[in-house]
Amino acid sequence: MQDILFYIFAYLALQFGFLVVANPFSRNPVTSAMFLVLTIASLAGLFVLLHAFFLAAVQVLVYAGAVMVLFLFVIMLLDLRAEERERLRTFEVVAGLISAGAILFIFLATLVHSPPGIQQSPTAEGGTIALGRLLFSHYLLPFEIVSVLLLVAMVGVVLLSKKNLK
Amino acid sequence: MTPFSQFAIFSAIKIICVFAVTMFIVAYAVWVERKVSAAIQDRHGPNRVGPFGLLQPAADAVKAFLKEDFTPAHVRKVYYWLAPAIVMIPSLLTIAIIPFGSQLGHQKMVIADLNVGVLYTFGIVSLGVYGIVLAGYAANSKYPFLGGIRSSAQLISYEIAMGMSVIPVFLLVGGLNLSQVISYQTGSIFHWLIFKCPLSFIIFLVAMFAETNRLPFDLPESEQELAGGYNVEYSSIKFALFFMGEYAAVTAASAMLVTLFLGGWTLPIAGLDRPAATLGVGILQILIFLAKMLVVEFMVIWIRWMWPRFRYDQLMDLGWRRFIPLALANIVVTALVLCLVVK
Repeated sequence: MQDILFYIFAYLALQFGFLVVANPFSRNPVTSAMFLVLTIASLAGLFVLLHAFFLAAVQVLVYAGAVMVLFLFVIMLLDLRAEERERLRTFEVVAGLISAGAILFIFLATLVHSPPGIQQSPTAEGGTIALGRLLFSHYLLPFEIVSVLLLVAMVGVVLLSKKNLK
Repeated sequence: MTPFSQFAIFSAIKIICVFAVTMFIVAYAVWVERKVSAAIQDRHGPNRVGPFGLLQPAADAVKAFLKEDFTPAHVRKVYYWLAPAIVMIPSLLTIAIIPFGSQLGHQKMVIADLNVGVLYTFGIVSLGVYGIVLAGYAANSKYPFLGGIRSSAQLISYEIAMGMSVIPVFLLVGGLNLSQVISYQTGSIFHWLIFKCPLSFIIFLVAMFAETNRLPFDLPESEQELAGGYNVEYSSIKFALFFMGEYAAVTAASAMLVTLFLGGWTLPIAGLDRPAATLGVGILQILIFLAKMLVVEFMVIWIRWMWPRFRYDQLMDLGWRRFIPLALANIVVTALVLCLVVK
């Protein structure tokens, strides 16, 4: 049962992900964004199968619910017709392939070096308390660094959106 | 019978019952809305179909289905069809985790007793904006589009305030599970979280109005400026679905409010705050939950006819510069008090 569900969600995630970047039926950015929402939803399904309910819920809440809505918001305010007419350029294809390849390399290198997961009997717990403890003890430094990173991004956005810079 | 098939059968029964009751409430919320508005404005309201106009929802449904379903030529077809369906789904999914009673026999009266309960709710609620945004985009014309854009900005803003307003609740309860929240509120009426975190309650209540697009925050469909907003290009049952979606959202939000702040299915008298031992008490507790929920829903309808609409900049100002700082302060103060008192 779990295996079948895993293959279904994994297939859906890959299929929707493909449709985000290369949809044969439409070059409409809004359609791409909607397929990205579906990709995120399929990933949340995979998290549920790993019994990471908290991650699954946060995945939907933050990415599908907030980030993608902002994406849609911006896309709708852009001039979409120019975007739909645009052809693929060689430079863009090469740059895209290089960055995707680099990320793939990092993933594979990490996978090879990490030991396989310990067989634990999965529980149906959300485990927010355990997660909170880990974040504030073992992973405190990375956690705080991420928050500084977010703060930097936020200050940058505020600065960029000011019209008159002096 | 294996435990799995037993689980599947009982879940299916619960899902069908909850869906039926929700749809019934949605249909009659429209009737109540029209009667209440009539009373407030010194009119009669619907009184032709059946006694007191009680069959009006059925007549409306027949009318919606039989009207011509006209699709304007300039719309984006796929999204035009998808949007009304997407509007309904989130509210129905939210209801799945609300404990609407203690137990009947050995069955817990909740469809899915999730440990990350409220996070799931907020995740699903945040998806609710897609229906309206896509409806605005699908229409491919000015006013619906503006309605869609407005609603996405409004929903994102108030989602933050709403999410942060309930954090003190979970600090007190010590978990995200909604059954746990209810068992925390037993014992005395002053254990209800409305008395323990009144500020959370107020922010949640206001954000609830904004999230369900009800007056005084119904900016996405403000008739005077947007000629109706995101639903301008719709007709027939697709148009009706937007309204059913709105009332389903109000019902889900009322159920959530009752669960979080008003003690859920409990009453602090005659042992009604303990899980039911007999079938009769179990049914009584479901009725208590429904009664509380309907009172909240009645209040939501009542407020609609008492308040003028906010201006868009006032709405944003209230959300970002009043409620978010207030909710943050609320979290910090609650955490401090808990830290000092518990230690």
